[in-house]
This record gives sequence, C-alpha cells and structure tokens, in this order.
Amino acid sequence: MPKIIFVSADGVTREVAAGADQSIMQAALAAGVPGIVAECNGAAACATCHCYFDPAYAACVGEIGEQESEMLDFAASERTADSRLSCQVRVMAEMDGMTVRVPALQ
Amino acid sequence: MNRVVIVGAGQAGCSAALKLRALGFSGEIILIGDEPMAPYQRPPLSKAYLLGKTTAEALQIRPLSLYRDQRIELRLGCRVIRVLPHARRIETSTGSLDYDHLVLSIGARPLRLDPAIGGALGNVFTLRSIADVDLIRPVFSAGSRLLVIGGGYVGLEAAAVAAQSGLDVVLVEMADRILKRVACAETAAYFRALHAQHGVRILESTAVRRLDGNGTVARAHLSDDEVLATDLVIVGIGVKPDIALASEAGLKLGNGIEVDVFGRTSIEGIWAAGDCASFPYAGRRIRLESVPHAIDHAETVAANICGAHEPYVATPWFWSDQFDVKLQIAGLNANYDRVVVRRGGRPGAISHWYFGGDTLLAVDAMNDARSYMIAKRLIAAGITPDPKSVADAAIDPGLLLKAYAVSADRKRVSLAGEV
Repeated sequence: MPKIIFVSADGVTREVAAGADQSIMQAALAAGVPGIVAECNGAAACATCHCYFDPAYAACVGEIGEQESEMLDFAASERTADSRLSCQVRVMAEMDGMTVRVPALQ
Repeated sequence: MNRVVIVGAGQAGCSAALKLRALGFSGEIILIGDEPMAPYQRPPLSKAYLLGKTTAEALQIRPLSLYRDQRIELRLGCRVIRVLPHARRIETSTGSLDYDHLVLSIGARPLRLDPAIGGALGNVFTLRSIADVDLIRPVFSAGSRLLVIGGGYVGLEAAAVAAQSGLDVVLVEMADRILKRVACAETAAYFRALHAQHGVRILESTAVRRLDGNGTVARAHLSDDEVLATDLVIVGIGVKPDIALASEAGLKLGNGIEVDVFGRTSIEGIWAAGDCASFPYAGRRIRLESVPHAIDHAETVAANICGAHEPYVATPWFWSDQFDVKLQIAGLNANYDRVVVRRGGRPGAISHWYFGGDTLLAVDAMNDARSYMIAKRLIAAGITPDPKSVADAAIDPGLLLKAYAVSADRKRVSLAGEV
C-alpha cells in the first residue's frame, strides 16, 4: 500500500497507508486526517476536500476535470497550480512517498 | 459519569460522535444504530450503488477501525425502545443505558404507498437504506419495466440510473409538473427534457390509482385510465421525520423534533440534529434533508455539548446527479417570485437564480460549478447581485463576486472566505 504524507496548514505531518480503489480523500478520511471535510463524500459537488499535490507526482495525479477546475477557482483557500479536489484523485502505487498539503480552510 | 449517547447512526449521528472527540471530549461516546452495518453514506444509494458501481463497504462514512481508535462505541442492530428523560436513561433492545447528554439523530423514513392500493405487493420498493437497494438490485435488470412514482430528486435519480441500465422506465408525478415542491418550472423543464432524451417517459398530472398483481406487482392503473405493465415499482414520494421516540418522551414536536438555535430540544440534556430536527432559520422553522446539513448541524450540537454555546447558521446546499448532468443547488427557494436564467461558460451549462423581492434566495446550477460556487458565497453573505448582471452571460461570474466583495467591508469578510 502506498504511503501518502499529509501535511496540515500548521505543518503537522501524518503518514497514511492508502488502499487501492480509494481516492486520496477517502484515504485521508479513513485515517482521520484533519482539515478535509468532504461534505459531498466524493461527488465533486462541494470543494471541501481541496488539497495541494506535489508536482513531482503530476503524472500519476492525472488531469483535472472541467467541473472540478471551476469549483477550485472559488474554493475557500487559494487555488494554485498544484490544487486538486482530493476526491477526484485515485490512489496509485506510484504515489508512495507523495506529499499532500491540506489547506487552512475548506 | 460523563457519557453522550447518540441515537441514530446515520450521517448526523456519526458526525456528532467524531466531532465530540475532535473537540477533545474525553468521556464515553455511544453511537446506537438499528441497522446492522456501520454508518454509511446515503446519496450514492440512488446512484452508484444502485448501478452496482460501488460496494456497501465503500459507502462506509469511516472504517470500523477509526471508531475504535477514537473510542466511539458502536452499538449496531440495536433498537431504542423508550427514552426516560427524567431518569436520563434509554431502554434499548439490548438493555438500558444512562446518559448525561442524549443526541437524537434518528432521521426520517420514506413514505410508502398505501397497502390498500397495492403498496404491499412484491417488487414495490422505497429507496432509503442499503437494505432497500439490496432488495431492488436483483430485479433491476435490462429490459425490466420500471414504474417510478414521484418526480422529486430521488425518483428522478432512480429513473436516470434505470434508463442507463437498460430498463424501460415510466415516471408518474401527481402534480402538474416534476420537482414541483423543490424547484422552479425552468429547472423542471431542463430535467424533463434530459430524461426524455434518454427514453424515460414522464407522465405529469398523473396519479397511480392502484397496483395489482398476483403477490408481485404486474400492472399499474393510472388516473388517466392507462394500464401499465410493470415488473417493479420504486416509490419516491418523500419522507417524514421519525418522531415516535421523541413524541413518547414528551419532546416538543412540529415538523420533526423542535430544537433551538443551539440544537437543544425542549427537555434538558436532549439534543437533536439532522433530518429529524426542525430548527429556526431566517425567522421561521424548517427541516433540511441533506448530508451537508446533517454534518454541520450535528457538529454544532457536538460543540455545544462541549460548552461552546454556538448558534447554528445553516447554509443550505444540495446536489443531484442525473445522466451526465451535475445539479448543484445553493440556498432555499421558498417564496421566490422571479427566476433569472444565466447561460454558463461551457456547452449545456446553465443556472437558474431565484429572487424574492430584492433578495437572492437560491440558485440551481446545471453543469455550471462556477455559478454555483459564486451563488453559494453570495447567499451565505446575504448579498444580492443585480439581476441584469446575472442574466448577462458576457459578465464573468467571478466579477459578480469581486464587485460585491469590495462594495462593503463587513460583507467582504464573509465573501472572501479566506480572510
């Protein structure tokens, strides 16, 4: 199982063993990572699981969807080039060691 | 003793339990559910789960191990029989239990079709729990003839999934149009057309007089005298809050269990949250049936049990998925007198903005997440944009937000969110 390292806005890190068939959001919730709300539980409808992904892993993180992109424009914390809705990113074996930063506000 | 007992292990109950721990509550937390499985998400039931695209395990709100780690005791398959407020005790199917605080998050139950008109026949289903969908799935197969009763969101979602699965679908709505109770005529027209494109036959101003069949439903007799051959029926005619326990306990009721802005019921030590609770909102009392509300309301109750004395400020929003359309709704459209249509930035994107007098009340956004996100912030901040700007697709919606964000300092704080 790949290990994902979640870093909260105040710098606290937490290493999570993510299962296949999960989204990054599900892996975070299952481990009780704070700062990810996920009100819609992965329907890409609420923009409360926004995270910043390590650009070195861009290839396995994949392409952003149109709906997702529109929502990130108005997410509660600033959108950057590394922003994604973590519910729309699938866990991949190649993500072992990847850092995901959790924003201050959702 | 320092014990919180939560009755009802749905989204609200689960959220209350987790939030209590997150806020540092160190006493006992006991979460009681009458279903045998761990708390699970309901929205995918009428979508991915009915389609067979996800498993029951994947619907769990949190893995079982997390409740153990958080010292939340789950009592599943346990029915609460009685609440004894003066003794601060409940009686359950597995014994009695004392509490310091009791949270009622007992949800709502689907309305059923009267057995006198065939509601008790086989293959007549409601759609509320995993058990309901597990009963539907074996007969939910391509070529089967499905009758959906009720043109609200649950009925329309079920119809969409059925059409995608190759069933032959008829949906009947007693009112003169679908979505009558929850959306404007424009939104209803959008979804009527969408369903028609996918071969769903929608009959409005049409009621089911009775269902008949030999043990299992075979025919539906409609109010226009049409007789439909049908293999299964899904009844989506709404829910009612589950108030039996609360009523017997002597709690004040009115469209559900009445709570104040803090989530307190009329009896000391008893709280209610989620679908079952009616709460003050904008000068009236409402009940909301949605996941975001269940989470937020329950978390406010958890905070107040911990002594926060924090009023609940609802920011209602909802979503629905049908075919390739994502509908996102911000606000509550009650008492609107005008709907402004706004074309979105990509093909097929459109939003409907509800105004009541001079106030923006709600927005339905179809495949138009930008409009939804902006509207949600405007409504939360109590800011109404100029309807003419809303209707002008050439005005970037981001500008709508920015223009209003700088117009008043006080409002800017709520709008900008991150400030």
